[in-house]
Amino acid sequence: MRLDVVLRVATKLFLPYILMFALYVQFHGDYGPGGGFQAGVIAAAAVILYAVIFGLSEAHKAVPPAVVEAMVPLGVLLYVGVGVAAMLTGSNFLDYSHLAHDQIHGQEWGVFLVEAGVLITVTGTMIAIFYAFAGRGKT
Amino acid sequence: MVLLTLLAAVTIGIIRTRSLFAVVVLLGAYSFLMASVMIVLDAVDVAMTEASVGAGISTVLVLGTLHLTKVHEAPSRYTAILPLFVAVGTGAVLIYGVSGLPEFGAANTPLNTHVGMSYMARSIPETGIPNVVTSVLASYRGFDTLGETAVIFTAGIGVLMLLKRFRQKG
Repeated sequence: MRLDVVLRVATKLFLPYILMFALYVQFHGDYGPGGGFQAGVIAAAAVILYAVIFGLSEAHKAVPPAVVEAMVPLGVLLYVGVGVAAMLTGSNFLDYSHLAHDQIHGQEWGVFLVEAGVLITVTGTMIAIFYAFAGRGKT
Repeated sequence: MVLLTLLAAVTIGIIRTRSLFAVVVLLGAYSFLMASVMIVLDAVDVAMTEASVGAGISTVLVLGTLHLTKVHEAPSRYTAILPLFVAVGTGAVLIYGVSGLPEFGAANTPLNTHVGMSYMARSIPETGIPNVVTSVLASYRGFDTLGETAVIFTAGIGVLMLLKRFRQKG
């Protein structure tokens, strides 16, 4: 554990860039490769790295398990919610064309919200599974 | 070709190694090679998923599992003849099937003449999204992606139910 300091400092340097990259993958998914799934996994990887280096209790303080477990269903609900909202505007389920004043903007909003839903569920699930495994390992 | 040779080498390594820790590392390498193959095939979105999920998260999760179980694979108690027969048979059928596929990148395949081109032409005027993969995933085939998200949700809930209950007992 002599190299602990190196690992801690390097992790602290890396973490903002990993999270930044996750956001880039999320919001640039319309133009380049990426989207909710990939961004969610990258964001979860940042939290897992934090937990591996700084310990599970520190990670629980930064990202509480209750929040993580709430994220798992929240993303799916957001996704379905967008679908229902599309129905309320008079379109089919998950047809975003009438969510905004014109079709292009409606699609943009729909895709944005749906990808956000995917991101929330994927991040939540990955961190929750990791917490569950790591938490058992300790006892 | 180089990638496929490396893939074969890693696969043989995975089969022959008894230390599960080494197997996990090799599986991560396998995922990265697979991601490189996807990039060669111009499927950047898939490559990204493979690299992050296959090489990243699953490696961490399997290592977490190893932490709870034994690190060495138990020697097999059954002969490998029947599995070998099934594997060779399936491989032969697959190779036979591949020989019937159209040439890679051919323009007159159902893939390029059916709905694919229609999505390519419709994506920008209808959704304003230049990356067609995203517009198909999130908009045209939004229902499928909802299903995928539900799969992730179900998997997460399942794992949480199994592991959480155990922790309360012990």
